[in-house]
Amino acid sequence: MSLLRIRNLSVDFATASGKFRAVDGVDQDVNTGEILAIVGESGSGKSVSMLAMMGLLPWTATVTADEMSFDGHDLLTIGKRERRRVVGKDLAMIFQEPMSSLNPCFTVGWQIKETLRVHLGLSRKACHARAVELFEQVGIPDPERRLSAFPHQMSGGMNQRVMIAMAIACKPKLLIADEPTTALDVTIQAQILDLLTSLRDDNGMGLVLITHDMGVVAETAERVSVQYAGQKIEEQPVLPLFQSPHHPYTAALLDALPERATEKHLPTIPGMVPGQFDRPAGCLFSPRCKFANSKCKAEQPAPQGPELGHARCFYPLNTDERIAS
Amino acid sequence: MLNYVLSRLLTFVPTFFGVTLISFAFIRVLPGDPIIVMAGERGVSQERYDQLAAQFGFDRPMYVQFWDYFTGVLQGDLGNSFVTKKPVWDEFFTLFPATLELSLCAMVLAIVLGLPAGVIAAVNRGKFFDRALMSTALVGYSMPIFWWALLLIIVFSGNLGWTPVSGRIDLLYYFPDPTGFMLIDSLASGQKGAFWSAIRHLILPTIVLGTIPLAVIARQTRSAMLEVLGEDYVRTARAKGMSPARINSIHALRNALIPVITVIGLSVGTLLAGAILTETIFSWPGIGKWMVDSIFRRDYPVVQGGLLLIAVMVMIVNLTVDMLYGLINPKIRKR
Repeated sequence: MSLLRIRNLSVDFATASGKFRAVDGVDQDVNTGEILAIVGESGSGKSVSMLAMMGLLPWTATVTADEMSFDGHDLLTIGKRERRRVVGKDLAMIFQEPMSSLNPCFTVGWQIKETLRVHLGLSRKACHARAVELFEQVGIPDPERRLSAFPHQMSGGMNQRVMIAMAIACKPKLLIADEPTTALDVTIQAQILDLLTSLRDDNGMGLVLITHDMGVVAETAERVSVQYAGQKIEEQPVLPLFQSPHHPYTAALLDALPERATEKHLPTIPGMVPGQFDRPAGCLFSPRCKFANSKCKAEQPAPQGPELGHARCFYPLNTDERIAS
Repeated sequence: MLNYVLSRLLTFVPTFFGVTLISFAFIRVLPGDPIIVMAGERGVSQERYDQLAAQFGFDRPMYVQFWDYFTGVLQGDLGNSFVTKKPVWDEFFTLFPATLELSLCAMVLAIVLGLPAGVIAAVNRGKFFDRALMSTALVGYSMPIFWWALLLIIVFSGNLGWTPVSGRIDLLYYFPDPTGFMLIDSLASGQKGAFWSAIRHLILPTIVLGTIPLAVIARQTRSAMLEVLGEDYVRTARAKGMSPARINSIHALRNALIPVITVIGLSVGTLLAGAILTETIFSWPGIGKWMVDSIFRRDYPVVQGGLLLIAVMVMIVNLTVDMLYGLINPKIRKR
C-alpha cells in the first residue's frame, strides 16, 4: 500500500460570488522514497490539493474525497489533535516564500527547536544539539551562530535551508515541497534541489515537488502528475512524459520550453486557465487546445488507462495508431 | 541604540519649544483677567490693578514675558502659582502620583482586558462573540466620559451603594504618604481596611478612564491579529503541527503587538486628557482636577507649566514606546 493515497479529492472555496472549485476529482499516490512532481500553471490547484491533505486550508474551503490516507491514518476522519501529531512530524511541508514563511519575531533557532520540543519532547540540550546537527545537514555554515539569527538577517537561500531543516527535523515520511525554489535565484535553486534529493536518499522519505518549472521536473522527479484547472490531466514517469506526452496540454507545455524551441518564436499556449466564470462545459482545456472539436467542447473526457498516462482527453497524442498513421 | 535615543531626544527640542509657546499663548488667549479674578466680587481700583500688573509683569510686551518664562523653564523654574504662591513644579509633583496611579490602573485594565478580547474576537471572526465584542467596543469608544461616569456613579454608588462617590480614601483613615500612591501608602500604613478602601475608591474612576483605551486596544488587537493570521508564517506554524492556542498566543500575537503598542502609546495622551474629566467628576486630587481649577482661576503659571509637564510626559512615553518596538520587533532593533 502506498504511503499517501488520495482518491477523487475535490476542494471548493466559498467566495463572495459563489462556489469555486479549485481541485476537481484528483487521485494521487506517493510511495516511500519516491519523488512525485506535480506541475501546472498558477491556479491549477496543485498547492491547494496538498494543503487540503495537510488540513491547512482556510475555513472557506470545503474538502471532499472518497479516500485520503497517509501512513495508516485516515485524513478524512482524523481528529484535530491527532492530525497535529502527524502533521509537522511524519508529514512535513515547505513553502514558496522562505522569507515570509518564517516568523520575523523569533530566531530561526527558536523556530526549529519548537518543532523538536513539541513533537519529540527533547530536552533543552538535546534540542540544541539536534538543531545544530540539522543545520549542518542542510548545509548552513556556522550553525551555532546562525541559530540565534533572525530570518531577516539571512538570505532567501539560507532561509529556505532553515525551512527544510525545520521540515525534516522529525524525520518525516513524506515531505511536500511547494515551489521551494521559485523565489530563489538559479544557482541557489540547483543547490536546494540537490539538497532535497540527497535528503530523500538519506532519510528514505517520499517527496512531493510542486512546481511549474519543467526544468526542475526533468532534473529531480521520478513520476510526474500534470494538473490543469484543478484536474489531473496526465500522469507518467518522467522519461516517457518528456518523450511522448499524451495530453495536448502536456505536449504544449513541453513545446513551450525554451530548450526545446526550434523556431525563432517561442511557442506559447494561447488564452488563460479558465477562472470561476468561464469554466467550459466540456474538456477544460478545449478552448485553448488546437486539436479540440465539438465533442471536446460538449463533454468532459474521462481519464484514459495507465498505458495512456491517465490522460483526460478523447484524442490522446502519441498513441501507437497516431504514430502509424 | 544610544545614537538612536540621542537622535530621538534631539527631535524633542523643537517640540518642547512649540509646546512651551502654545501653552503660554493658550491661556492668554482665553478671555478673563487673573487680576480681576483674584480681586473677586469687590473689584479692584485702577491704581492697585496697575501695581499688580507690574508685579506680575503683564505691563511688558508679550514677547518679553514669553522670553522671561522660557528662560525660566530652561533653568527648571516654572514660576509660582498666583493663588497658592507655591512653585508650580512642587505642586505638580505632589499631585502627579494620584494621576499616575489612576492612569496606570486604567491602562492595566485596558491592556489586561483589551488584548485577550481582541485576540479572541479575531480568532472567532464573524461569530457571535466577535460581533458582540466589537459593537460593545464601539459603544465604549463613542461614549462621552462624563456621562458614563455619572451613569456608573448613579448605579453603583447611588442605587447599589457598592462604591464610594468620590475621593481617594475614606476620611477615617489618615497616614503619611511617602510615595503618593494611595495603594502603596495604605498598605504600608498597616491600618486595617485602608487598602480595601483605597481599592474601592479606585474602581469606578479606573473603569471610566480605562473604557476608551480598552475599546481602542481591543479593536486594534483584533485587526492586527486578523492581518497576522493570514501571513505565511502562521501557515508554517500550522504545518509544524502547533496547536491553535500556541499559534494565536505566541506566533501571531507577538507580531500583532507591534501596531498595538503604538496605539497603547498614543492612548497615554488620551488617558491624560480623560483624566482631567474623570478627576473632576470623582474629585480625584490629581493634576487633571488641579489644571481645571487653575484654568477657572486664570492661574497662568500653573496652566502653562502643567500643560508643559504633561506634554513632556507624553513625549517620554512615546520615546519609551519606540524603545519597546525594538524589544518586540527584531528588525528595528538591529538597524
